[in-house]
Amino acid sequence: MSTIRVLAGTRKGAFILTADAARRKWKVDGPFFAGWEIYHLKGSPTAPNRIYASQSSGWFGQIIQRSDDGGKTWHPPGSSPAELKSPEGFPRGESNKFVYAGRPGTHKWYDGTQHPWEFKRIWHLEPALDNPDVVYAGAEDAALFKSIDGGATWQELPALRQAKGHLWQPGAGGMAVHTILLDPVNVGRMFVAISAAGVFRSDDDGSTWRPANRGLKSPHTLPDPDAEVGHCVHRIAMHRSRPEVLFMQKHWDVMRSDDAGDNWREISGNLPTDFGFPIDVHAHEPRTVYVVPIKSDSEHFPPDGALRVYRSRTGGDNWEALTNGLPQQNCYVNVLREAMCVDTLDPCGIYFGTTGGQVYASADGGDSWNCIVHDLPAVLSVEVQSVS
Amino acid sequence: MIRVLLPYHLRTLAQVDGEIQLDVPEPVTLAAVLNALESRHPELRGTIRSHEQRQRRAFIRFFACKEDLSNEPPDVQLPPPVVAGREPLLIVGAIAGG
Repeated sequence: MSTIRVLAGTRKGAFILTADAARRKWKVDGPFFAGWEIYHLKGSPTAPNRIYASQSSGWFGQIIQRSDDGGKTWHPPGSSPAELKSPEGFPRGESNKFVYAGRPGTHKWYDGTQHPWEFKRIWHLEPALDNPDVVYAGAEDAALFKSIDGGATWQELPALRQAKGHLWQPGAGGMAVHTILLDPVNVGRMFVAISAAGVFRSDDDGSTWRPANRGLKSPHTLPDPDAEVGHCVHRIAMHRSRPEVLFMQKHWDVMRSDDAGDNWREISGNLPTDFGFPIDVHAHEPRTVYVVPIKSDSEHFPPDGALRVYRSRTGGDNWEALTNGLPQQNCYVNVLREAMCVDTLDPCGIYFGTTGGQVYASADGGDSWNCIVHDLPAVLSVEVQSVS
Repeated sequence: MIRVLLPYHLRTLAQVDGEIQLDVPEPVTLAAVLNALESRHPELRGTIRSHEQRQRRAFIRFFACKEDLSNEPPDVQLPPPVVAGREPLLIVGAIAGG
């Protein structure tokens, strides 16, 4: 019998929601790290009780937390009594040390001038597919870091910022690596998405990177239709059985690539608006995709005050509104890019959190929804684990 | 013993209640106290001052004996009552919101 564990990061702490496979009755634990912003939590695919969390604060900076017991207890990696001393006898305490490799250099600033890279926080943590001690971290200002010791120390993979990093520019939400996709089939291939720079692909475990944005159009901010970087990509997603197919929610436009990011085409079709943040793929139907349309970048709430998830069973272009159980009036929340995920049960469970502090769940692929917790702080991220 | 009082969130992070007492050799400077604090609690590294330059984070303040020491150079000696252990060094999260 599986236990379903939903990991919700919020503006004021982390919450863990658990249920059995029926996914009807939920238990809420938390807040963990009360008062801190928890941008993201994610468990290891190979050791689900190993969970990493990004804890940050405008006052105190970045902390990485780790649990080895499914979220019951937490500690900053590298701070146990056995780990506290380096071989030279000095304390390490480097689990929160994110330093750009070499000379940090500069990127494009809001006014078009060059601006130094400055570390602010970790937006996303992606444990490796085959080793619970290996984890990637997506940073603001945009960079990719890797730990091979369970989060105790971090090293930048600096080649990413060499992919025309001087032309990357922050959006209103900053400039961050917010999505990291590890290809489960093609060893060494990975994708990252950066606001507002675009998608980047590596085929050699992050040693080299190239932009993967051909076909994206951003006419209001990038007059050059062939601009290689500078696109405000909000989220990308893949199905593990077809990793060459990528789906994207861009600032405007929902997009799809059938060749691992070499080319993109628009699949917004009949969506009421093609602005939004999250996008995800059904666990067992690689052509079934979910988005949450948001009215506009000026009005970050659902059209008509009605919260609707849209589902395409055809890999895009044709979309249906999913409304059963979702508020259809007076709803003015947002759903952020990290705040939607799917579980691996059959039927597939879909989850998303809102800036109004609700977490909604569907145990039937989106046909019906329940609010499994409400009145949390604004939800920044939602991940789900199926634990045997 | 030098007495140090952390803000709430850092007490939680360091898993301490109340004041921390540190044995700091003379001269008892701000930097020496912070070094001793971070040696005792490595998880605090980077939360009070930056890892590399050891610069105070923007929204951290240092107070002692009703004086704001936040902008004092790190090698300044702390007031005698702090050195004698009669007064604590207060590390404070600045009131910053809006």
